[in-house]
Amino acid sequence: MSLLEIEALRVSFPGKGFRARPHEVLHGIDLEIGHGETLGLVGESGSGKTTIGRAVLGLVKPSGGAIRFAGQEISGLRGKARRGLASHVQVVFQDPYTSLNPSMTIGDILAEPLVVHGASARDARSRVRTLLDHVGLPSDAIDRLPREFSGGQRQRVAIARALAPGPKLIVCDEPVSALDLSTQARVLDLLVDIQRETGVAYLFVSHDLAVVRHISHRVAVLYRGDLVETGDAATVTSTPEHPYTQRLLLAAPVADPATQRARREQRKQFLASTT
Amino acid sequence: MWQKILRDPQAATTLSILAVVFVLGALAPLIAPHGPNDADLGMVNAPVGTPGYPLGADESGRDILSRLLHSVNTAAVSALIGTSVAVAVGVTAGLVGGYFNRVTQSLTEWLFALLMTLPGVLLLVILMPVTGGDYRATMFIFGFLLAPGIYRIVRNLVLAVKNELYVDAARVSGLGTFRILGRHVLSIVRGPIIIAAAFMAGTAIVTQSGLAFLGVGSLEIPSFGAMISSGFRNLYIAPTQFLWPSLLLGVITASLVLLGNALRDTLEGSKPKPVKVGSGQRVVATTHVPDDEAPEALLTIRDLGIAYPGVSGELNEVVRGVNLSIAQGEVLGLVGESGSGKSQTAFSTLGVLPPEAVITSGSIRFQDREMLGLNDQQLAGVRGREIAYIPQEPMSNLDPSFRVGAQLVEGVRAATGTSKADARERVLALLDRCGISDPERTYDSYPHEISGGMAQRVLIAGAVASRPKLLIADEPTTALDVTVQAEILDLLRDLLEELDMAVLLVTHNFGLVADICDRVAVMKTGEIVEVGDTESIFAAPRHEYTRMLLDSILDEDTVRTDPPTTVEGATS
Repeated sequence: MSLLEIEALRVSFPGKGFRARPHEVLHGIDLEIGHGETLGLVGESGSGKTTIGRAVLGLVKPSGGAIRFAGQEISGLRGKARRGLASHVQVVFQDPYTSLNPSMTIGDILAEPLVVHGASARDARSRVRTLLDHVGLPSDAIDRLPREFSGGQRQRVAIARALAPGPKLIVCDEPVSALDLSTQARVLDLLVDIQRETGVAYLFVSHDLAVVRHISHRVAVLYRGDLVETGDAATVTSTPEHPYTQRLLLAAPVADPATQRARREQRKQFLASTT
Repeated sequence: MWQKILRDPQAATTLSILAVVFVLGALAPLIAPHGPNDADLGMVNAPVGTPGYPLGADESGRDILSRLLHSVNTAAVSALIGTSVAVAVGVTAGLVGGYFNRVTQSLTEWLFALLMTLPGVLLLVILMPVTGGDYRATMFIFGFLLAPGIYRIVRNLVLAVKNELYVDAARVSGLGTFRILGRHVLSIVRGPIIIAAAFMAGTAIVTQSGLAFLGVGSLEIPSFGAMISSGFRNLYIAPTQFLWPSLLLGVITASLVLLGNALRDTLEGSKPKPVKVGSGQRVVATTHVPDDEAPEALLTIRDLGIAYPGVSGELNEVVRGVNLSIAQGEVLGLVGESGSGKSQTAFSTLGVLPPEAVITSGSIRFQDREMLGLNDQQLAGVRGREIAYIPQEPMSNLDPSFRVGAQLVEGVRAATGTSKADARERVLALLDRCGISDPERTYDSYPHEISGGMAQRVLIAGAVASRPKLLIADEPTTALDVTVQAEILDLLRDLLEELDMAVLLVTHNFGLVADICDRVAVMKTGEIVEVGDTESIFAAPRHEYTRMLLDSILDEDTVRTDPPTTVEGATS
C-alpha cells in the first residue's frame, strides 16, 4: 500500500469580487508516494504544484477528490484529528527567512512541536540537540535567534523542525530555490542522507528540473493544474514524452557553452516543429 | 528588550521621572504632612513657604503638597484601569478579529467602528448615574472607548502575520489555534502594544483630570483636575495654586508621551535619516586615472571599493579593489553568490547605491568620462540614454497605478525629448519588437494585468528605447519561469546583435553565463577572484572558488539511482 494516495484532487479558490465564480487551480490530480520514496513535482508558476503540497498539509481545503495517508482519508480532517497527523506529515518551506519565527530561539522553534505532542522540557531539549547534530548545525545554535544564521543554515533548522516528530512524509516546497548554488547542493545531499537513514518519504515540489532530477525517484510534471506526465526520474527528466516537459527541459540552460549552444539549436527546431 | 530600552537616554529619563513621581504618590499616606481633605480654616489660601504647608494651602485650607501626592495615586489608578481594560479588550478582539474567518472579522470591525463613533467625554458625563461618580468605574468604561486603538494595531499585525510561513509551519506542527495566537502572533504584537499603552496611560490621566475639572465625580477624591479647578477659581488671589497641579500633570503626561516615542524608536527601530535627493552617491575617495592612461573599453572600473556604515558608524567594505572592463558590444557576466557584492558593483555603475553606502576608492569610467562623484542631474544625460537597466523583479519596477504604455512613453520622452505622439509610436514599435503579440493591448494595460515575463519584456523595451551603449541587467530572469527565461534570453541575444550593445549581466546562474556571456568575472565576498572568457572559465577554472561553484552545479547526467529506502519501522 502506498504511503500517500491523491485521487482526483480538485482545489478552487474563491474568485475576486462579489459572487465571482471560484477559480479552479487543480483539475483532478492523481498521485501516489510510497514509503521512503521521493516524488518530484515539477511545474512553472501558477501550475498548482504548491497547492498540491498545501492540500496534503491541510492548509488548503480541496473542493473535490481524496487524499489518503496510510489508507486513511485525511482531506476532511479538522481540529484534533488533523493535529494528530502532525507527527506523520511535516513540511519544509521555500523561504528560510519567513518560515522561522524571528522572535523565537532555534531551541524553542525546534522544541515546540515536541512539547505539543507531550514531551517534557528536558526530553525535548536533548532531542533538539540530536536534531541539530543530525542536520549539521552546532549545538550552541540552540540559544540563538534565526537572524544569526545564513539562508542555508536556516533551511537546516527548518529541516530539523520537520524531522522533530519523526514523520513518514515531508512536503518540501521549493526547499532549495532560495539558496546559493553551493548551499543548494549541500542541502540536497542532506535531504538524501536523511531519507536513507530514516526512510522518510518526500513530496518534493520544485520548478527546477536539475534539482528534481538530483533527489527524486519518480517525477510528476504539472501544467496549469493538470498532470501531464508521470514516470521514473531518469525518463521524465532526460527523455520526456510530453511536449510540455520537452519544452521545459530544452529551456533550462546548461552550464557549458558548447552544450548550451547545441541545446539552443535543438530548442529552436523543437519550437519551429510544434508551431 | 528592557536593556535596550534602558540604554536609550530618552526612555531612561522619562521612566525614572515617572518612577519617582509614582513612588512618591504611593508613599503619600506615609510622607504627606496632612490628609488630602484635612481643612484648616486658619490656613485658607496660605502662601507658599508657610511652615507645615510648603506649597501653601487652597481655598478650603487644605495642604496643596499633600493633595498633590494623593492626586498622583488617583492618576495612577486611572491610568492602570483605563489602559488595562483597553489592552485586554483590544488585544482579545484584535486577535479574534484578525485570525478567524471573514464573518468574525467584519463583526468585530463593525462593533469597534460603532465604539469609535461614540463621543468619549460626553458619554462618560452622561453615564454618571451608572458609575455613581466613582472615577474607577468611569475609567473602566473609558477603557472600552480606548480599546479601538489597540484593536486596530493588533488586528492589522495579525492580518500581516497570519499568512507568514512560520504560522503555517506551526499549524503543520499540530499546534492548536490558541497556542498559535499566544506564541507566534502575540509575540509580534507585544512591542506595538507597549508603545500604545504608554500613550493611552497619558490619555486616561488627562481625561480623568478633565472630568474632575468639570466637577464630574466625587469631590472627596483628590485629583489634578479638582485641584486645577480650585486653583482656577483663586487665580487672582493665589496664582501659584493653579501652577502646582498643572505642572505635575504636565510632567506626567509629557513623560508618558515622550516615553511612548522613545519606546517606538527602540522597539521598532528609528526612522532612517532624511537624505538629500539628487546629490548622487557618497564618494569619499576616488582613484584618479590620467586621461592618457584611459583605456579603450566602453566601461572601465578600477580599484572600486564600496562600504556601508556598521552599527557604531565604522565602515564595512562590501566591495574591495574591483577591476572590470567591458568593450563595445561585449556581454560580461558578473557571477557570485549572495553577499558577494555583484549587485553593489552594478548599482554603483548606475549611480543608484543606497544613500548610506560610501564609495571608498576607485574610478568608474564610461566612454572616457568619470562617473563617480556626478550628481543625479549630471548623470541624467547618461542614465536611461547611454546606460540602461533591467531589474530582477519586473513587477516592482512598474508603477502599479499607471498604464504600462504611459510609463514607457514618459521614459522615452525623458531620454529623447520627442513629442507624445511620436513617443507612443516608438513604444508600440518597441513592444512589438520585444515579442509582445498585441502591443496595443499591453500598452493600455495596468502592470497587474500582465504576466511577469510580459513585464520583463516591457522593461526591456523601455531600456533599449534610447539605443543604449550599455545595458546593466541584474538577475533579469531569476524571478521568471524557465521557459520564459529562455524566451527573454532569445530576445536579449537578438537585441544585442541589432543594437551592438554591451551588457553587464549580474547573475548566479552559470547556465545563463554559458548561454549568453562572452566573458565572466567571478566575485567572492567583495572581490573578483577570476576573470576570463566564458569558454576557458568553464573548461579550465583557475581559482579554487570558481571550481567549487562549478562543481556545485547539478549536472544533467546524475540521476538518483538508489531505490526508495524501507527502514524497519517505517513500513506500516
